[in-house]
Amino acid sequence: MMPDRNQAPTYQPITGFDLITPRHIVLSNGLNVFIFDSGEQEVVRAEWIFDHAFVHTENPLLPTCACEMLLEGTTSYTSRQIADTVDFYGAFLIPQYDADRSTLSLFSLAKHLDKLLPLVKEVLVDSIFPDRELATYIRNSKQKLQVSLEKNSFVARRLFNAALFGDTRYGKCPEIADYESITRQDLISLFKSQYTVANCTLVLSGHITEAILGRVAKHFGDEWLAGEQALFDNVPAFPNIAEGGGVILEERADALQSAIRLGNRSISRSHPEFPGLQVVNTLLGGYFGSRLMANIREDKGYTYSIGSGLGSLKHGSFFTIASEVGTAVTSATLNEVEKEIGRLKEEAVTDEELTLVKNYMMGSMLGSLENVFSHADKFKNVYFSGLELDYYRYYTDVVRNIDTKEIQRLANAYLDFDSMVKVIVGKM
Amino acid sequence: MVTFNRFTLANGLRLLVHEDPATPMAVVNILYDVGARDEDPDKTGFAHLFEHLMFGGSLHIPNFDTPLQRVGGENNAFTSNDITNYYITLPAVNLETAFWLESDRMLSLAFSEKSLEVQRQVVCEEFKQRYLNQPYGDVWLRLRPLAYKTYPYRWATIGKELSHIEHAQMADVRAFFDKFYVPSNAIMVVAGNVQTENVLQLVEKWFLPIPSGQKPLRELPPEPEQKEPSREVVHADVPLNSIYIAFHAPGRTEEGYHVIDLISDLLSQGPSSRLYRCLVKEQEIFSEINAYQMGSIGPNLFVIEGKPSPHCTVEEAEEAIWRELELLKNEVVEAYELNKVKNKVESTMAFSEMVILDKAMNLAYFELLGDADLLNQEVGRYLGVSPADIQELAQRLFRKENSSTLVYIATNDAG
Repeated sequence: MMPDRNQAPTYQPITGFDLITPRHIVLSNGLNVFIFDSGEQEVVRAEWIFDHAFVHTENPLLPTCACEMLLEGTTSYTSRQIADTVDFYGAFLIPQYDADRSTLSLFSLAKHLDKLLPLVKEVLVDSIFPDRELATYIRNSKQKLQVSLEKNSFVARRLFNAALFGDTRYGKCPEIADYESITRQDLISLFKSQYTVANCTLVLSGHITEAILGRVAKHFGDEWLAGEQALFDNVPAFPNIAEGGGVILEERADALQSAIRLGNRSISRSHPEFPGLQVVNTLLGGYFGSRLMANIREDKGYTYSIGSGLGSLKHGSFFTIASEVGTAVTSATLNEVEKEIGRLKEEAVTDEELTLVKNYMMGSMLGSLENVFSHADKFKNVYFSGLELDYYRYYTDVVRNIDTKEIQRLANAYLDFDSMVKVIVGKM
Repeated sequence: MVTFNRFTLANGLRLLVHEDPATPMAVVNILYDVGARDEDPDKTGFAHLFEHLMFGGSLHIPNFDTPLQRVGGENNAFTSNDITNYYITLPAVNLETAFWLESDRMLSLAFSEKSLEVQRQVVCEEFKQRYLNQPYGDVWLRLRPLAYKTYPYRWATIGKELSHIEHAQMADVRAFFDKFYVPSNAIMVVAGNVQTENVLQLVEKWFLPIPSGQKPLRELPPEPEQKEPSREVVHADVPLNSIYIAFHAPGRTEEGYHVIDLISDLLSQGPSSRLYRCLVKEQEIFSEINAYQMGSIGPNLFVIEGKPSPHCTVEEAEEAIWRELELLKNEVVEAYELNKVKNKVESTMAFSEMVILDKAMNLAYFELLGDADLLNQEVGRYLGVSPADIQELAQRLFRKENSSTLVYIATNDAG
């Protein structure tokens, strides 16, 4: 017998979710460790997270290079020995640079952790950035950048960041020639001041036993000298953005598609209106059913994908919309984006659409908490924004209770197409 | 270890249930046994275009995404040369919505002419974004027809050319659905915070009434053994020279598959791997280099790709690759090195078991290969590979006559 297919099954809105509160310990040298112990798989993720401090310069090239070269040798281990050891134990040791922090992440089976922790400690206190490895790094990075510069979307992001954040750490992009200026001496001196206990937070998640904690306390507490105070960080000064935002066009004669990126500086996670603005962002371009996707992809077929997002940084934040569209419809796409932003500001969203977006956001939050690693990720988001885990209770309250009036008010307060920076790489 | 219960419905639909109470979510994954290799050579890109159209509405549900988003769910799909796989992630309390949606589009499609027209355009933009408007983006449009002579892996899932997609007609699309989207051609996995009893009730309610249809027969032309090397040199507007060498290799269900996968790990998994250590770090011949196998069910390919350093010619770089392959043929790999890549397999498997979507997709895929429980035997298969297996297969595969080489020569000298 056929069920009644015209009738959608009943459903329950998601009203909340449980977060794991980490255990917090402070090691003998003052290192803060946050522990998320759970999960039946015997795996561990350990993340050593170092704050950046830009003291003399805002150029991000040196800290990027220091981070990416962390595994290239110490006094006792060569690059090859480090690689061999990590790979032999089936582990992944990954340095990762982002605008505010450098992170060294270790993914390992719990049973092999013993063998790997001393190596990580050696890397964090005694990296030496050998000249030969540096030369290889520079040569390969230049080649990689050469390829990336041929990608319109990559170039659009660079131009956008530069327009919003100018000559600061968030806006400055390396040119190929800049790599030549990196010296081993500069790297070592940056490494010594940045990779310190006072600048570090350790987050452990997975199958964390007392025995593992004992090892961690030994290698990263007792054996790691507290050393210097945390660095004092400059607060970067961002440029004024011209009235009318301005169009930045980089012509590419042979382009089949134009990369479009537009947006403005915005508010950070710690701002009370951030969760509300996230709802506005989701409506506009934050999910598959968003207005930008519904109009520009699903109705017009101009693009494979278009989306918007909010980025929250330590000293700043931004709102951005990005897409790659057929060159013939570059300006038509901009017109539609303008129209969609205008519609959010001028017309109240229907209750039906708003309910859908709220339910989607709550479901997606629930879905993003599927294992112990994702709980740790949620914690890092708030911790490094200077917030507590109860931020998510506030977030839930805002998302569940926001009404159509507030959506319209926020859209008017934070979205202004005319004053957005508009970058186009391709053809106009 | 991924546990599961397995059932086959009267209409031929296969169902696997994996219970994982640790998550509040559920996944519904449906794999259809159809991919780009099942396409007409004059109508390529169809399986993938069709995947887009599956979101364009079904008989009782005009829009697929909206009702799912309303209950807090998300979905997506991918098409490969072998399969088309659809998946939904949603709060487990709202599981039934996924059954309602997936069963309706298995029952009957009802998208409009407009939906077809828009998705043709969207896929054309995807074609441009991924394959045409990127440096080296067209590599698979060139390498596939170079390596395959008859087997329908000759074209990429996106299709041979834009015009095949531009000319897709409603009647073609309808015929494609009727042939391939039948219960007996599908494998469904429900995973997460679910109970088997409840899943069975739901599946009987929503899927059992769908007529069984006929499981399509697959008769594909075999790929003849390659007898001589093939080669294509492209002078292109790319920033750097680039080399791709493809070898015919054992497919997913053939003897030797796990051996070839470990060979790719020896050569290119992690920073201690041979190609990276020798050719990037020590001899400085390449700025980047990778080796991988395509994981195809039919005649498979093993590929090495790399970009030579600015001071090296393409010839020197190719020779360096062959030197490394000769080493694998002439010297037995040390136990230590082989254990290293086996350990990596073990830990990768453990990490993938932390993600329910990965578990659901893997169960469906291994069931397609013959038995979902093969997933749980997979690590054992890798551990059983011996140094002699590696050497024998290397000798069989890494011959010039078994190779297809594609070289990009950069015409703009921007460096």
